[in-house]
Amino acid sequence: MSTLTEAPPPLTPTAPEKKPPRRRGRLVPYWLLLPGILWLLVFFALPMIYQASTSVQTGSLEEGYKVTWHFATYWDALSEYYPQFLRSVLYAGSATILCLILGYPLAYLIAFRAGRWRNLIMILVIAPFFTSFLIRTLAWKTILADGGPVVGALNTLHVLDVTGWLGMTEGDRVLATPLAVVCGLTYNFLPFMILPLYTSLERIDGRLHEAAGDLYAKPWVTFRKVTFPLSMPGVVSGTLLTFIPAAGDYVNADLLGSTDTRMVGNVIQSQFLRILDYPTAAALSFILMAAILVMVTVYIRKSGTEDLV
Amino acid sequence: MTNDTSGDVRLSGITKTYGSFTAVHPLDLTVPQGSFFALLGASGCGKTTTLRMIAGLEEPTGGTVHLGDQDVTALPPYKRPVNTVFQSYALFPHLDIFENVAFGLRRRGIKSVKKQVEEMLDLVQLGEQARKKPHQLSGGQQQRVAVARALINHPKVLLLDEPLGALDLKLRRQMQLELKRIQTEVGITFIHVTHDQEEAMTMADTVAVMNAGRVEQLGSPTDLYENPRTTFVANFLGTSNFIEAEVDARSGDDIVLKAGGGKLVLPGARCGAPTSTGGKVLVGVRPEKISLTHADEAGEIPEGRNRITGKIADSSFIGVSTQYVVDSPVCPDFEVYAQNIDRDPRLVPGADVVLHWNPAHTFGLDAAQDIDAGVDEGAAS
Amino acid sequence: MTFVNWLKRNLVVIAGLLTLAYLLLPNIVVTVFSFNQPKGRFNYEWQEFSTAAWKDPCGVSDLCGSLSVSLQIAFWATLGATLLGTMIAFALVRYRFRARGAVNSLIFLPMAMPEVVMAASLLTLFLNMGAQLGFWTVLIAHIMFCLSFVVTAVKARVMSMDPRLEQAAQDLYAGPFQTFLRVTLPIAAPGIAAGALLAFALSFDDFIITNFNAGSTVTFPMFVWGSAQRGTPVQINVIGTAMFVVAVLLVLASMVIGNRRNKQKA
Repeated sequence: MSTLTEAPPPLTPTAPEKKPPRRRGRLVPYWLLLPGILWLLVFFALPMIYQASTSVQTGSLEEGYKVTWHFATYWDALSEYYPQFLRSVLYAGSATILCLILGYPLAYLIAFRAGRWRNLIMILVIAPFFTSFLIRTLAWKTILADGGPVVGALNTLHVLDVTGWLGMTEGDRVLATPLAVVCGLTYNFLPFMILPLYTSLERIDGRLHEAAGDLYAKPWVTFRKVTFPLSMPGVVSGTLLTFIPAAGDYVNADLLGSTDTRMVGNVIQSQFLRILDYPTAAALSFILMAAILVMVTVYIRKSGTEDLV
Repeated sequence: MTNDTSGDVRLSGITKTYGSFTAVHPLDLTVPQGSFFALLGASGCGKTTTLRMIAGLEEPTGGTVHLGDQDVTALPPYKRPVNTVFQSYALFPHLDIFENVAFGLRRRGIKSVKKQVEEMLDLVQLGEQARKKPHQLSGGQQQRVAVARALINHPKVLLLDEPLGALDLKLRRQMQLELKRIQTEVGITFIHVTHDQEEAMTMADTVAVMNAGRVEQLGSPTDLYENPRTTFVANFLGTSNFIEAEVDARSGDDIVLKAGGGKLVLPGARCGAPTSTGGKVLVGVRPEKISLTHADEAGEIPEGRNRITGKIADSSFIGVSTQYVVDSPVCPDFEVYAQNIDRDPRLVPGADVVLHWNPAHTFGLDAAQDIDAGVDEGAAS
Repeated sequence: MTFVNWLKRNLVVIAGLLTLAYLLLPNIVVTVFSFNQPKGRFNYEWQEFSTAAWKDPCGVSDLCGSLSVSLQIAFWATLGATLLGTMIAFALVRYRFRARGAVNSLIFLPMAMPEVVMAASLLTLFLNMGAQLGFWTVLIAHIMFCLSFVVTAVKARVMSMDPRLEQAAQDLYAGPFQTFLRVTLPIAAPGIAAGALLAFALSFDDFIITNFNAGSTVTFPMFVWGSAQRGTPVQINVIGTAMFVVAVLLVLASMVIGNRRNKQKA
């Protein structure tokens, strides 16, 4: 009790003079930070600057590139590749919503209903990580194979009619359609939704449910008015951890999709590694980064949860 | 008591400020070797900061700390012959009980610790638990480990920071006696920080009452209780009733005061306020010193007792005593604790009563202070 | 009626288990198809049961070589990122210093950045510097993106540590170095271990950043990617299944040991 109120307020740089023997300690944090921060500055921040500079260069691979402040690259890149940008946002957004819908019950199950099975289920959620995600993504090729049991079942249940009408599938195929890509993205990033959700649900005192029930709230109302609002930090960080990597992904679109499902990641990858048009690739990458940062900032502000990490 | 002074703790002008906030005002304090000393006060009064400056965990802004003749102000905690029992114990969760207790010995390079540790664990009756981890022990057992871990180093001074705060009431009473027993046995100076006035009075030889970074009063528990020098001390330790009165005359060693038309007598030696005629004095009296007589029998009250009249506003029966709140013209909420020996059935709320007490139990304080200082803090503990 | 009630009460359990099935389905497929004997180059359709691939997991050229490259990179990246990340985490929790906000942002940004952006920008840096792409550029990149995750894991643990434990150690004659070695480090160890494990998993499984910066070096994920274009050998499934089984067994074993130790002591 008294420690709370007697804990010293944070020492400001203008705090009273310390005695010389302990002054040496003031440099300690900087020495601790130096190597790691230097690493991030050189291999994370500096590359961003190089990329920005590359995006306004002109020239050719043979003659070399020069900074000419050629901002038109941005305009050209956007006007040529805006469908891929829109697709990225659409697919990543759908996958994020699906992750939330699928992930919430499982996180809830682990947090409140699993009892002695809790650890086992937790292991089963994390364990797939240890099989390379590329191998697991390739497995979806088998699962969603044309004429396979999954596609057959979806066809019988007329799910494919609905998705076809939405433009997510064509005919009785799932593979090489947007649905397959969204399905793969959802699968790949689902654990990133479940873990933060579980963390924030687990912190909720079980007695709050009893208190809400005691105060005449039906189970659904309890969930809507008590549990869900309290799990908001998990929802926010879960959606971010799902949306950001999904929007930049090109593996699912490449392995499970077709040329009509190419996302912005695919374009950046092929511009950089195959076509070798560095300025366009850098501009696209820069736009993606800016778009994500803006979206994340707005989203965090709106949801009022600043402490994500 | 011995004449050895190597365990004296001497604070000279010690002070601590955080930016513009002063946690401890310049403070002089000497704790003699072998005494059980309590620093008592509400949270935020600076008692823990003072303790931590003795331990070396907090650097004083000014002043010095001496242990015996040695100035230890500039020494880091690990070079001071002082050990601490931390609030909520701070037992190392990754070490078992044995290793927790052996920690200090091992750090000082002592190789064969087994015998000492086992003896110490026996002293605190935890010999059986040596190989358990702290989280497997109850609160009371953890507390004893914390004491053993500090005492095994034979410190010159043992510092205890709210050591019983996390225990339930019954266990706390038991541990108070236990700590007192250990202190008598080892004869080391104990400095004990607490916000619980009963705990301080039960255990300590000397109590320093702290308020807002200053020591309000220092003395033995009886002295503090019977002769508080400020309203803060009077209210923080137990309960006090105050009547504002005016000095009327002196008669011998006594002072005669006027209050609400009546007269009250106060021994001059027990008055801490200037007593020129016409000056204001706060007259204090403890609730258990007062007798309650129904107004119809006012005539049977012996002469020479201080008396005031009032009407019972409330009464609550709490077993060993009955506590009355009396509404009197000189004091709106006069508290009286009456032992349940011969209960007068007429003493119920609404009854007119006369309150009377031996003038020797009266104390006088300077009227220029807040009557309610320390009331809430005292009630909280 | 009672069935409907039962359904209502257990709806969340059923939905949760369905999600779990969705998560595990690909692993089941990977395992089953590790016993397949495909007709063509691709292992996507079931033909007949065979244990041939299990008997000869390294039978495909370059597969086990790529696995070894991945393990080496993951090992060194884990070591580097854990060391640097732990230092940063301690600085952030234990000290007050200028530029704290900037440091926090620099830690957070790599986690809020699509991998492809980091991959592409790092490649422009390496190209501009004329660096030879290969093992070292991949290692540099892996340490970079694992660092933030280690910081987050260790920071959480150090923050929840009672500062009085270190004070108690100092009070019991442990100097700053002894305090760190005997108290701080052991108590922070689970956080550091969690960070290291995360770093290992992230590094071992990374594809996008590696793909951009590996040059002609082939890691295991890159081998899988390449085979998805040329033909998928069954051995890929064997390796995937083995890693899954080993991981689950390791976790179960550690839990059983932990349980038994607790029971013995109680």
